[in-house]
Amino acid sequence: MNVIVEREKGLLELERRINELRALGNDSNHAIDLSAEVKALEQKYAQIQREIFGSMTAWQKVNMARHPNRPVSSEYIAQLGQFDELHGDRHFRDDAAIIGGFAKLGERAVMVIGQQRGRDTKENLRRNFGMATPEGYRKAKRLAHLASRLGLPLLTFVDTKGADPGIGSEERSQSEAIAACLYEFTLAQVPIVAAIIGEGGSGGALALAIADHVIMLEHSVYSVASPEGCAAILWGDASKAEEAAARLKLTSADLAGFGIVDEIVPEPVGGAHRDSAGLIARVLGSIEASLNKLTALPAAELVEERYRKYRRIGAWQNERQEAVPLKT
Amino acid sequence: MPMPEWLRLRRSKSSSNEDAALWTKCPKCGEVLYRRDLAANQSVCSKCGHHFRMHAHDRISMIVDNDFVEIGNDVLPRDPLGWVDKKSYPAKLVGDREKSQLSEAVVCGFGRVGGFEVGLGVMDFSFRGGTMGTVVGERVALLLEESTRRKLPSIIFTASGGARMEEGMMALMQLAKATGAVSRFMEAGNFFVTVLTDPTTGGVSASFAFQSDVIIAESKAMIGFAGRRVIEQTIRQKLPDQFQTAEFLLEKGHIDAVVERHEVKAALTRLLDYAAGGRRYLQASGRL
Repeated sequence: MNVIVEREKGLLELERRINELRALGNDSNHAIDLSAEVKALEQKYAQIQREIFGSMTAWQKVNMARHPNRPVSSEYIAQLGQFDELHGDRHFRDDAAIIGGFAKLGERAVMVIGQQRGRDTKENLRRNFGMATPEGYRKAKRLAHLASRLGLPLLTFVDTKGADPGIGSEERSQSEAIAACLYEFTLAQVPIVAAIIGEGGSGGALALAIADHVIMLEHSVYSVASPEGCAAILWGDASKAEEAAARLKLTSADLAGFGIVDEIVPEPVGGAHRDSAGLIARVLGSIEASLNKLTALPAAELVEERYRKYRRIGAWQNERQEAVPLKT
Repeated sequence: MPMPEWLRLRRSKSSSNEDAALWTKCPKCGEVLYRRDLAANQSVCSKCGHHFRMHAHDRISMIVDNDFVEIGNDVLPRDPLGWVDKKSYPAKLVGDREKSQLSEAVVCGFGRVGGFEVGLGVMDFSFRGGTMGTVVGERVALLLEESTRRKLPSIIFTASGGARMEEGMMALMQLAKATGAVSRFMEAGNFFVTVLTDPTTGGVSASFAFQSDVIIAESKAMIGFAGRRVIEQTIRQKLPDQFQTAEFLLEKGHIDAVVERHEVKAALTRLLDYAAGGRRYLQASGRL
């Protein structure tokens, strides 16, 4: 059960009534003026919306990030000027949980890679709920390498609970696939812009997110493990996910504070899906603006600065210790 | 091999419960083992050959010829999230320090292995399950940066439950940090070897453990991305015993060799010798 979907139910009913009244009021056959009623309902609607979405808990944000209507990677890619999908890892199969290929952002030729959730059960089964197998990461690595070779800036859309935890994925080394993808991203000689559009879970998300500029939607979440995974690891109880979510500091504001996220794109009240088209346009606008800056830098400087950025992240202290003599 | 002075210091600190600490039982075959004999046998059961998890310091003294100069030991953890569950994160860290006599889950430094000077990193499962938080990422990066500067090969022994939950995203970002250090180190032409020990999973497995030139694993070590429990819950069936063992990974083509602990140093020495041979040619032919 998605807590955001539950909370929206009453609002959707209210919305339907407002639209009915509006339609009635606009109907010239009726002599009654309904504008006062419409206005009152609209005010009530706005007030409830503010109450529900004004300040969301971490767990509510997790649910917002997983909302079934939240825009998915393919919808962002559809708004690019052109898209020519490239398939397969050249070894085993094509993983539908990751899509990618050549595209145009404005006039600029780019490479785009995105984690792809399904919109319904059937599509989710085909796309494994956006959880990539090793083949997905090997495809991503191949495309990142190609982008670097051809000089195409790399755009990524991150939206996954995590990498697929199945038998086949282990047999074909999920570890190596993610490790190799991370390696490729640290070396790519082109600007990389990553957008966390939904849920960013664990190494499976990071595999597409080592970037020069990281954009995060206001209500997206990005965490070291999914809240369910974290609760299972620490307390042996996945049902304590809500508690884990509260502790993990996984919201856009938290991560901007840590220097892990460079830019937050605000969402409409009620979430990205309330105005998908407008939101997607703003995200693409942000990507374009950051590419304008990043493409002006020499490649060597870009890659060096990318390393420096991740080199700085973390919290540690330096304590001069008495050097222990380690002599036999 | 004589016991180094620094190892004796550590031992004397942790010998308060002397009598109970004298004996231990092999979890595999049940044999009761005298601890001193077990330590002398590189923590391998003399009856069934089971490889016990090993303290980082014991492992270092097993691998290096004599001296080991630690670096990065002044890099110590903080509590970025203000994490509290049953205990606070700082309290957990104090417990780990006492239990393991280590300041963090990895020990890094320089020494000689079979006569070859190397950068050496050794993880220890007894400190927070060998999880990778900021300090592990930072120390590994320092080791590889210094190895790059000194043009030395590097060896890392992994033992890890994955990323450290109590540091949240700061921990996940260490995968990016360590990977950046690995790629710069390797692209500069240096030789990187990882030795996967029990267990090597999650974020460590999905980063530097599997980014090296040669990957060897200790016999029977559990190695994988997702934990066994997570997979069993996902697929709702029990996994075969062999699944995710070093031998399983060798058969599937994911690692170069499975090596018994007694043979690890000899195997590393041979690898370092090949790389040194190649290096002489690279220098002579102007590629380095």
